[in-house]
Amino acid sequence: MKKFTSTNSYIATHDLELAVNSSMILEKPLLIKGEPGTGKTLLAEEIAKSIDTNIIKWHIKSTTKAQQGLYEYDAITRLRDSQLGDSRIQDISNYIVKGKLWEAFEAKKKVVLLIDEIDKADIEFPNDLLLELDKMEFYVYETKENIVAKNRPIVIITSNNEKELPDAFLRRCIFHYIKFPERDTMEQIIAVHFPKIKKKLLSEALDVFFELRDVPGLKKNPSTSELIDWMKLLLSDDIPRDVLLERDESKAIPPLHGALIKNEQDVQMLERLRFMLRRGK
Amino acid sequence: MLIDFFLNVKNSGINVTLKELLDLVNALDKRIINPKIEEFYYLSRSIMIKDEKYYDRFDRAFSIFFEGVENLDVDFLKDEIPEEWLRKQFEKTLTKEERKKIESLDDLEELMKKFMETFNEQKNRHQGGGKWIGTGGTSPYGAYGSNPFGIRIGQDGNRNFSAAKVWDKRKYMNLDDDVEVGTRNIKVALKKLRKFKRINGNDELDIDETIKKTANNGGYVDIRLKPERKNQVKVLLFFDVGGSMDPYIKLCEELFSAAKYEFKNMEYFYFHNFIYEGVWNNNDRREEVVEIKDIVNKYGSDYKIIFVGDASMGIYEITHINGSIEHYNEKPGESYFYQIKNHFDRVAWLNPIPKEEWEYSQSISYTKHLIENKMFNFTIDGVNQAVKYLSK
Repeated sequence: MKKFTSTNSYIATHDLELAVNSSMILEKPLLIKGEPGTGKTLLAEEIAKSIDTNIIKWHIKSTTKAQQGLYEYDAITRLRDSQLGDSRIQDISNYIVKGKLWEAFEAKKKVVLLIDEIDKADIEFPNDLLLELDKMEFYVYETKENIVAKNRPIVIITSNNEKELPDAFLRRCIFHYIKFPERDTMEQIIAVHFPKIKKKLLSEALDVFFELRDVPGLKKNPSTSELIDWMKLLLSDDIPRDVLLERDESKAIPPLHGALIKNEQDVQMLERLRFMLRRGK
Repeated sequence: MLIDFFLNVKNSGINVTLKELLDLVNALDKRIINPKIEEFYYLSRSIMIKDEKYYDRFDRAFSIFFEGVENLDVDFLKDEIPEEWLRKQFEKTLTKEERKKIESLDDLEELMKKFMETFNEQKNRHQGGGKWIGTGGTSPYGAYGSNPFGIRIGQDGNRNFSAAKVWDKRKYMNLDDDVEVGTRNIKVALKKLRKFKRINGNDELDIDETIKKTANNGGYVDIRLKPERKNQVKVLLFFDVGGSMDPYIKLCEELFSAAKYEFKNMEYFYFHNFIYEGVWNNNDRREEVVEIKDIVNKYGSDYKIIFVGDASMGIYEITHINGSIEHYNEKPGESYFYQIKNHFDRVAWLNPIPKEEWEYSQSISYTKHLIENKMFNFTIDGVNQAVKYLSK
């Protein structure tokens, strides 16, 4: 099987590559955690791209039930149809609505199944999927058939740490924590997104960015995806370089900060900090 | 060797099971990695560790283990170590905060002096333990220990493979939280508080009613719906802030706010040491006082009340007029406390101080008496008991 490596649109560190590959070879779900905006969801798409297959996404909400991933039996429609004498009612499978897991199990070739933000659901949700993810099969009671995966999908699960996940579930996963990229990794990431960027601008923008991340007490630290948005703005507006450089003097906070800082309290705090800094000089 | 490694990781306080060991063996068997120690580190980490907060512990365990394997004959302490070199090593390993801590705590010179004393006292190489120089212990001298003020006797210069290894960088130090009361456990406990009632909107099939109506209709189906069950539990939380309770508050807030979705209504109030005329809605804005009498008027007696505090103070702060250490209170704190206690049906107190110590503190015993023994330890078991009482 093809191995997963960094692509020309996604930079994966070596430990991440290894985690992805071992999860593919061991056929175990890969649980990805990390700060928001470090490319957790994107990873699944890139894996699909790199082994040339489709991706099935299952986005989890607070109301999502494990059963919905398998199938749902629409009893009410069937009952109504029975009143109308519809011939469809003879076959119960007409009223079974397939879920994402079923879709993935049925696929003709190995697909990537993304279970996005599993921590959003009820705390028992992961427990309800134990057997299904372990054995890659489940039983449909209504039609008395056992659904077994034709090709075990590559399961990628992301979590934002809002809830702790149960031990029994964790034991079945390969785990990787995406650490916030260090400067040289970040340079590679930016280079992938903006191949034509000038070296100087890049290094100056990164200075501003990492300086901002070092400010203590920010409610929401800017992340990779925010940096990319910001770079996009900088490039499209063609900001003169000296604007970036003069940040210590008159300008309170970095230009076009709206892309980097998402919280008005943070903006206020930065302005206050700058003010104090200038007064201190 | 794998089994030794596994046991070593397990002994470092990480919950690994046989399944993970088998997975690791399986992975090695399938030749996922090149035979390089870095690759093995990444592989074993992603298979054995399931939470980033254990990364740091894993790094340490890994380091100690492979230290042992590769350096069986190296004895750092055979020859005298030049002080100059030690100091350099020592300063290099400290982070900024640690350096600051040292400044406030112990003079560097002093630490060095103590180290040299210990060094002279000690005869042999040592591993683990709390006093001697060696590896893995909590003594301030040696390598890979957990004492932040410790002298680390360098690994970098003395080893036969490349310097600055990943697991030696201890990048994940900040993620190790060591929280004893796990959020998940508490949430599961708090979930038992739920009380369901059917309200709002018909969105669930009412099977009994449908069958009954259909039978009445002579077989013609008449579908009946009923409202979904929703949680009806309402909770007021009172947090003790300031002073001794501060380390716990952040944890408590997180625990309860995470459980917030489980309840219909949940409000926080803050107090300092004990309840007086008013409490605060927001710990940052203490000028916004909510008076106890308003709380009693506003919230029905079916609200569950949970106090979180250590109840450790001078006894006069509870029993005396003007006992408060912050302001002049016209009536003793206990009278305000009684207003709450008498109005609400279910009141409980969670106390992070270990239960065995309660009887030695006058104020804890007294508060426990005031609340009619409904004081519980802030542990999983205690929260369970409190929830059991509150949901009766």
